[in-house]
Amino acid sequence: MKNCEYQQIDPRALSVSPLSAQNPAEKKVQRPRRKWEAFPGKNRFFCDGRLILARQNGVLPLTLGLIVVTSGLFFAFCPFLVEHLTVCIPVIGGVLFLFVVASLLRTSFTDPGILPRATADEAADIERQITSGSSTYRPPPRTKEILINQQVVKLKYCFTCKMFRPPRTSHCSLCDNCVRFDHHCPWVGNCVGKRNYRYFYSFIISLSFLTSFIFACVITHITLSQAKKGIVQAVQESPAVVELVICFFSIWSILGLSGFHTYLVASNLTTNEDIKGSWSGKRGAEESGNPYTYSNIITNCCATLCGPMPPLIDRRGFLPPDEAVPAAAASEMELPPFTPKSDANMCTQSTKDVLERMLHSSDFHGLCPSGNPKTSPLVQEVSSSAPATAEPSLSSGCSRQLARQAVVDPCPLLPPVAFSKSNRRDSLHSINPAFRLASPSPTLSRRALVLGDGPDIGFIPQH
Amino acid sequence: MAETHSLQDMRQQAAVAAKVFIQRDYSNGTMCQFQTKFPSELETKIDKQQFEETIRTLNNLYAEAEKLGSQSLIEGCLACLTAYTVFLCMETHYEKVLKKIAKYIQEQNDKIYAPRGLLLTDPIERGLRVIEITIYEDRSFSR
Repeated sequence: MKNCEYQQIDPRALSVSPLSAQNPAEKKVQRPRRKWEAFPGKNRFFCDGRLILARQNGVLPLTLGLIVVTSGLFFAFCPFLVEHLTVCIPVIGGVLFLFVVASLLRTSFTDPGILPRATADEAADIERQITSGSSTYRPPPRTKEILINQQVVKLKYCFTCKMFRPPRTSHCSLCDNCVRFDHHCPWVGNCVGKRNYRYFYSFIISLSFLTSFIFACVITHITLSQAKKGIVQAVQESPAVVELVICFFSIWSILGLSGFHTYLVASNLTTNEDIKGSWSGKRGAEESGNPYTYSNIITNCCATLCGPMPPLIDRRGFLPPDEAVPAAAASEMELPPFTPKSDANMCTQSTKDVLERMLHSSDFHGLCPSGNPKTSPLVQEVSSSAPATAEPSLSSGCSRQLARQAVVDPCPLLPPVAFSKSNRRDSLHSINPAFRLASPSPTLSRRALVLGDGPDIGFIPQH
Repeated sequence: MAETHSLQDMRQQAAVAAKVFIQRDYSNGTMCQFQTKFPSELETKIDKQQFEETIRTLNNLYAEAEKLGSQSLIEGCLACLTAYTVFLCMETHYEKVLKKIAKYIQEQNDKIYAPRGLLLTDPIERGLRVIEITIYEDRSFSR
């Protein structure tokens, strides 16, 4: 009965969706998309990918505001000091202020050393190496032990990025990226990692100098005015006391932070390692020193502050054209730059839904029984790789798997050649976004394939 | 039907048979070095000596890039004094060597790997985690 119903619907209209009909034309007018537009982490991009910031930019505006207000107050009181002391004071203050703001902005808007997520092939290769021989899909949390400078270091597997994290790398939950990590600083609104650590360090050092300088100037100001009027009156009259309070409270924390980071730089440690106590002597007599240190303070400083800054992600490169096609659905809605990433996730979700529906409907209609085991590993593999990888790599990886499965494992009930070919076409078309709009019934899908083969051929070479 | 077959055939001629991943070698620290162990999948495709030579050259180039020499120190000090604004107009030593590496890989692909149906991917495109070697299927399929 249900078959009769479906016969009335024109399969050609369903298999050739408006989306697919538009796509070839759209591709020509669609501008080439840059890689930052499809970036999977929680980051914001400005100036067409030149500047990168965390999604939650924390208290960066507050930090900037505090610095600007404090310095502004300082410059307001300068004339008094200029006439009593020297004109160099505002000049030095100005230079320090510019240095602080430049370093802060550089820290906030620089890529901290984000590692790109593993491609589908890489992830599959790692999975193969780990689960070789094991029948269960999700083995217990994975670690790999390696030797670094004759010391055992454990590398953890990152389930989000689908790779073993290189040494000194950590996954930042706020930014949802694996980063060559120091820490995530809410004051600068970004992760601090290998690539922007030197900017962060120069920021806190220059801020210490600036705060100390302003503090000293304010004290001098009050002392000089007290000499004339008496201390109580001087304090009452001069609003410099506000400045004094701000500086007094911030100087301890900033000086403390600078001292701490100077220690880290000199011993080639990251904040993460120090807090976790990775290399402290808690393992007793065992040699558990830092394997990365050069055992020389100057070399350590040079390595940290003058070392290389490898650009591991490519923000401004162009996406290859076949990767841009599934995101055409998102781009036609003209959303702001960072939202197509969530649309890509939605596309992945809907592909998963279609596949799951196919699985259920094939159960329901009771088609070739051996068809079921073929589709269930498909759904499993799709759901495992769906969250992290981009949809196009997912579809190409999956279609290859399916092709291999269909060819290798034909249905025993029907002539192998005929069935395997149509099954392969089925599987390939199930990944096809155009198929999303077709009914999930496999009966219809076969009919759609027979009649709608012509227009859909255009998609096959892209897989 | 016939059209589907021919298009699929065309696809298969350039199809990827397998991908081999050469992992990083961390025995000397976090310096970018790759393992020189010859993968078994490449045994029939390329000479072991040739492969090891390529990896060894790449390792040397990366070591040169990351070397803490006088040039990188001078760059670092200059950058610090100018509030790191000098990086906006100048290319660092590391970036220069990265370009050299890209050119070397291109050259190796053209001369040695492509004729054997292999393709090296620059590790920088994979976040300096792996060297991806793509093995293409034999192009002897013709109907």
